[in-house]
Amino acid sequence: MATVDQIGTSGRRSLLSPEGWLAALARRSEAVVIPVGALLAGLLVFGLFLLTQGKSPAEFYALVYKAGFGTSFSWQNTLSRTAPLLFAALCVALPARLGLVVIGGEGAIVLGGVACGALAGAVSGMPGALGIPLMALAGGLAGAVWIGAVGALRHFRGVNETIASLLMAYIAIALMNHLVEGPLRDPASLNKPSTAPLADQLRIGDIPGWDVHWGLALGIVACLLSWVLIERTTWGFAARIAGGNVRAAQVQGLPVGRLIVGFTALGGAFAGLAGVFEVAAVHGAANASLATGYGYTGILVAFLARHNPLAIIPVAVLLAGFEASSGLIQRRMDLPDATVLVLQGFVFVAILLSETLYGRLKIFAPERWGERA
Amino acid sequence: MTVKGALPGGALGVETVGMTMRFGGFTALDGVSIAVAPGSFHALLGENGAGKSTLVKCMMGFYRATSGQLMVGGREVEVPDPRAAHAHGLGMVYQHFTLVPSLTAAENLVISRDDAPRVIDWRAERVALAEFMGRMPFAVPLDQPVRALSAGEKQKLEILKQLYLGRRFLILDEPTSVLTPDEADEVLGHVKALCAAGQITVLMITHKFREVTAYADTVSVLRRGALVGTGAVAELTHDAMARMMMGDARLADPAPRTGTPGAPVLSVNGVRASDRSGLKDIAIDGLTVRAGEIVGIAGISGNGQMELMEVLTGQRPLAAGEVLVKGAPYDATREEARIRCVRYLPEEPLHNACAARMSVTENIAFRTFDLNGKGTRFWLSGREMRARAADLVAAFKVKTASLDSPMASLSGGNVQRAVLARELTGDVDLLVISNPCFGLDFTAVAEIRARIMAARNAGAAVLLMSEDLDEIIELADRVLVMSEGRIAYDRPAAEADRAEIGHHMGGHA
Repeated sequence: MATVDQIGTSGRRSLLSPEGWLAALARRSEAVVIPVGALLAGLLVFGLFLLTQGKSPAEFYALVYKAGFGTSFSWQNTLSRTAPLLFAALCVALPARLGLVVIGGEGAIVLGGVACGALAGAVSGMPGALGIPLMALAGGLAGAVWIGAVGALRHFRGVNETIASLLMAYIAIALMNHLVEGPLRDPASLNKPSTAPLADQLRIGDIPGWDVHWGLALGIVACLLSWVLIERTTWGFAARIAGGNVRAAQVQGLPVGRLIVGFTALGGAFAGLAGVFEVAAVHGAANASLATGYGYTGILVAFLARHNPLAIIPVAVLLAGFEASSGLIQRRMDLPDATVLVLQGFVFVAILLSETLYGRLKIFAPERWGERA
Repeated sequence: MTVKGALPGGALGVETVGMTMRFGGFTALDGVSIAVAPGSFHALLGENGAGKSTLVKCMMGFYRATSGQLMVGGREVEVPDPRAAHAHGLGMVYQHFTLVPSLTAAENLVISRDDAPRVIDWRAERVALAEFMGRMPFAVPLDQPVRALSAGEKQKLEILKQLYLGRRFLILDEPTSVLTPDEADEVLGHVKALCAAGQITVLMITHKFREVTAYADTVSVLRRGALVGTGAVAELTHDAMARMMMGDARLADPAPRTGTPGAPVLSVNGVRASDRSGLKDIAIDGLTVRAGEIVGIAGISGNGQMELMEVLTGQRPLAAGEVLVKGAPYDATREEARIRCVRYLPEEPLHNACAARMSVTENIAFRTFDLNGKGTRFWLSGREMRARAADLVAAFKVKTASLDSPMASLSGGNVQRAVLARELTGDVDLLVISNPCFGLDFTAVAEIRARIMAARNAGAAVLLMSEDLDEIIELADRVLVMSEGRIAYDRPAAEADRAEIGHHMGGHA
């Protein structure tokens, strides 16, 4: 190793010194440049895929831009799809900071929505200011228990959290189907079994002046709070230690089990809130529309954002725009609406491949700038 | 000394001529010429990073030397890859075993052959193996799974495997580091006999002078990639060899021992816990460490030291018994460790005490990030963390490019210095240490041992678990041996006898 002792050898910091601002910039830019590069690579390869289908990639991306971000109407469409992605991505990102790969946020979304729909009848007599927080609490709690159980299984019984969360998502969806088709079914819902429609005062409305419901604002607040929790509090630092090396955390006497259960439960609570907003702001009742894959797209959002809650916000907007464009692409380009899923798949593979680049590119490691190639 | 050809028994002579290896701007090996006569037992000495591994990797074809030649049997040969080295009759025995634990010795031997057939005729192979073993001076049980063999038997099997594969020049890379002294003597005795019989030539990497004197005929010493001495072992004293290895670097003398032990700090009473495998248990009936005392626990790795460390760090549940620190039950929570001033230095600090991708600043903050002057805090203070890290890095002479560098970019010695900086500041009443100097160079080792001694002299109770018997004997006030999960030996350092310790480490005493 050609590590040079730079501390105390010279008072002046040169531009290329590992202590200088350029070095700090280089270190920080790794987490931006690599995912953006992977995203572009994924889009490029998807373009090649389109060429094999005899379609023009340029037309495709132009349509995505138009349908996702081109007009104020498309922005509204995109932003209202952003809210559940923010929450779903937090359900991946928070456990990820502890080194856990939780991919079953879909289950927490579904159960959060069902809990909200189930409670709606009981609180239908209450004013919205009381009823909505109660429904949100119920939905968040359902999600917290569901994903918190994944964390508990992991810590206390050594069950792989990735598999457990995925399988539990299937259980959650089956549970939802059972409940909305059975005990919780509104007899008036004929074609599509649903819980009873929410009373009007329990519906969550739009942000004034926008055609986008309050879930977007709350999702952004949740991201900001999560960032503060991870980066600025001792709990978050303890979680990062445990995520960085669980043995080191245990030797330091950190409560690893409590951190794991706490962070997974918090992530689950956020995913549960996504379900609450889907029921109270979008569908008006809990039904099978809850399981539309926001939980899975949220995985992609979190990975693209490197599990950084602040980065989740723009990434969620971007991917919501992709999803918003699928209808127009279907109509204009004669492509199945699953095409956007193919695109997401390409991007996801590119992101996973790019994980191997971290720590290997010299340009991001000022310690190694002195070495010759 | 000329090196030509091979002996009738098969032993090959091997010579490196001007072997040079550069990695970028760094010269790992600088024109090293070593001649190993056929049938001789040649030792290769040097500090960590002196170039020993690089040299043998060039000889075995793992690296392609930047310049220089390899002569085998008096003829220049090319070794572009290990397969070519094998074809010339060169073989290597590694520090750690390369056998498949679930297969028997016989199966391990047969599958290691390059020409092993797709379908193996075991009846024929068995006959051939029996014939082969009949020619060998020592044997191992062929029909037991390798995992059931002792470490010494495994190492003998590794050597048999090389002979079975027709290798006539063996490179042994610290072959005794996982063996008890008795096992080491047996294995090396056999190896020396094979050399004396002219069947093989041996080049052994080691850092144990005792083994060099007892078994090797000739020795070469590397320092910073260059050959600094070579000669017959009979003409060299340990001091002379040490001087060659060290060069002008002056080692700090072992730190003086001051003060006498005080009141007990750590007591482990009647503790029972299961081991890693869950099949055996560890049982520590009475282990006491007093203030101002270093208690050293010697033993071959895998005899329960790791489990004892886990018991003391609260990671392994107790089936029975109790751990007391300063007379009160101790569960190793963060709060208890802080209030009673208990600190840990686990082995391989990068893997057990650090987060490799987090920065030096963050790693140094692991112990104190949640404290302010009086109690615990909720909001992190980046500025305080950084100021503290800057102070400690300077005080403990941690060499790092920057405080923001990831911990993984530091060398092993500097990782250990950073961890010491974190754990040895403030009041320390109990220090639990495992293999603190493993893999570090002389200067780092001397410095780290001095810090441990300084903590003892300042009144800390120190429990030191180490596989390095020399380290235990240098530092400990009391020497214990751990074997099969039990404390098998307990003597004040002044009365400790190396041979007796060795017997207890092997479990036959």
